[in-house]
Amino acid sequence: MRSLILRTVAPLIVGLMVLFSIFVLLRGHNEPGGGFIGGLIAVAALSIYGIAFGVETVRRAIVFHPLAIAGAGLMLSTLSGLVSMVFHVPFMTGLWIYPVILGEEVPLSSVMTFDIGVYLVVVGAVTSVALSLEERGED
Amino acid sequence: MAVSSPPVDLSAALVLKPVAAVDWLVILPVAWCIGIGAVLMMVRHRTFLHPPIAVAALGILAGLDATLLWHVAQNGPVTMVMGRWLPPFGIAFTVDLTGALFALIAAVVALAGAVAAVTDINDGGRRYGFYPFLMLLMAGVSGAFLTGDIFNLYVWFEVLLISSFGLLVLGAEREQIDGAVKYGFLNLVGTTLFLIATGYLYGIFGTLNMADIAAKAGPLRETAPLTTLIALFVFAFAMKAAAFPVNFWLPASYHTPRIVVSALFAGLLTKVGIYALIRVSVMLFPLERDDLSLVIAAVGALTMITGALGALAQTDTRRLLGYLVISGIGSMLAGIALGGPGGIGGAVFYALHSMVVMTALYLAAGLAARLGGGFSMASLSGLYARHALFSALSLMLFFAVSGLPPFSGFWPKVMLVKAALDGGAGWLAAALLFTGFLTMIATGRLFLLAYWRPAAAAAPSAQDAVPATALLPLIALTAVSVLIGLFPQTLLGLVHEAALTLDEPSAYLHSVFPAGSAP
Repeated sequence: MRSLILRTVAPLIVGLMVLFSIFVLLRGHNEPGGGFIGGLIAVAALSIYGIAFGVETVRRAIVFHPLAIAGAGLMLSTLSGLVSMVFHVPFMTGLWIYPVILGEEVPLSSVMTFDIGVYLVVVGAVTSVALSLEERGED
Repeated sequence: MAVSSPPVDLSAALVLKPVAAVDWLVILPVAWCIGIGAVLMMVRHRTFLHPPIAVAALGILAGLDATLLWHVAQNGPVTMVMGRWLPPFGIAFTVDLTGALFALIAAVVALAGAVAAVTDINDGGRRYGFYPFLMLLMAGVSGAFLTGDIFNLYVWFEVLLISSFGLLVLGAEREQIDGAVKYGFLNLVGTTLFLIATGYLYGIFGTLNMADIAAKAGPLRETAPLTTLIALFVFAFAMKAAAFPVNFWLPASYHTPRIVVSALFAGLLTKVGIYALIRVSVMLFPLERDDLSLVIAAVGALTMITGALGALAQTDTRRLLGYLVISGIGSMLAGIALGGPGGIGGAVFYALHSMVVMTALYLAAGLAARLGGGFSMASLSGLYARHALFSALSLMLFFAVSGLPPFSGFWPKVMLVKAALDGGAGWLAAALLFTGFLTMIATGRLFLLAYWRPAAAAAPSAQDAVPATALLPLIALTAVSVLIGLFPQTLLGLVHEAALTLDEPSAYLHSVFPAGSAP
């Protein structure tokens, strides 16, 4: 779409939306949010970018093929479940570590890596669909 | 956060006992398939990597399932609860002999399919994602066989259904889309019915854990409409398993995809429906199954006879095999209707035999098309003169599917007929034998026309050579069928044990709720 207005504001909106999607992803641990909805917000951002600058630009911007991103997410989620094998607890048990980074205790868990995996699966799979639909629209 | 809190008795909610490494066998088949599927998605464009990774992974999967079967045969049912929560709140994966047997044979069938696909699926099909879909399909199939939670079973049904859509439209030809729409729509109706029934079940029981349901069913029989519930489940699973009269989606779709895909579907998908039906009707609601046994028996008899008659009427080899798949489902339903160790054991045995033999038959049809230039029985001819070994393998498979000794189809049929006669259902035994007779005529006609008839002018697209990767899985599956037929003792023992566990699931219940932790 050749719209000067959209092209001008798109980078700003897209940047904000991606940031917000990561915020929603991390917030999801104890409050409403999470990988699925965060992923959808990120897909919306990429779609706007695609509408403003064309599908090829998006494909270059995300470097990897969307389905490869989805595969990586699926792998991350599976591995988050398998980590518990080392600790002799059942599959998918939430495991926590509390490293101190810059004087601040940061709780990290296998639950979070699982959710990041979900985020990547949603981003990859839905972006793949959205981009091919936009490609059809451009023809 | 490291906030000091009053001591909490975690043993009321969590599994505190360390999990033995061997228990991981329960979940590993599923996690392994998903992981390899993810790897294949990541190397999506390096299609030359797909076959070696997938074949090796499915070989390892078969190994995992075989070890699991060995473990379960030694120690009885095994349970692992996801996320450490105690059952019934955590989702339990519980494996008994039935689940382990189905999972192992499914892995063997998928391995054969993956090897056959090396030559059958071209680079376009691989680029489209045949092998990732196959791995995710196996994740769904293994999950369905190994789970001990009825909603989780529904989720695995969805996983395998989505993967099967992908496999069905591989190539995106007009005919395939047509088949996929019918298949997809009717399967979604079946899945929705399953979901409604599950919601209803949760409303009655307040739990989704199978062992918990089996334990709680007794007192609820007085007040809850359990027969309605089980009737809903039977309908939903019968649709999945392609039982008469809700089987029209199968002949409408199974002949459209690539032949390897048809072979995998014939071996795996309908049997998941049968497995779910066995699990729910026999283990969870045995008394209600007794009430419905006449209905299931009638449906089974009609399914097997209409299936065999349908096979007689076809001129396309793939459609003929589609009707034979349906006919076999009828025999399994007869076993479920008869109940008892004999009937259930017969149904389980028949399902295992059917998985191997139907997959092999579809692969044989693919090879016949490669040698003879098509799937139409009018044009196929002279295959025996062209390739004697292939013809011998086909003939063995035809005998096996008809239930003749010494092949794998013989023993389950003996078990089912014996159970029918013992149960006083002579008409069902007659239907089983009549179906075997009709199947023999249908496959005999195919052999006569396509193999023995002197070759007409060679079809233009016919090839003379058969690549080893196409013949090898056929030889392997036929060998499995012959071995089961010649040395049935081990499998007969396992199947009998499996049927006993289903009939009297106290070992299964004990595995989920060890002594002292009453549900």
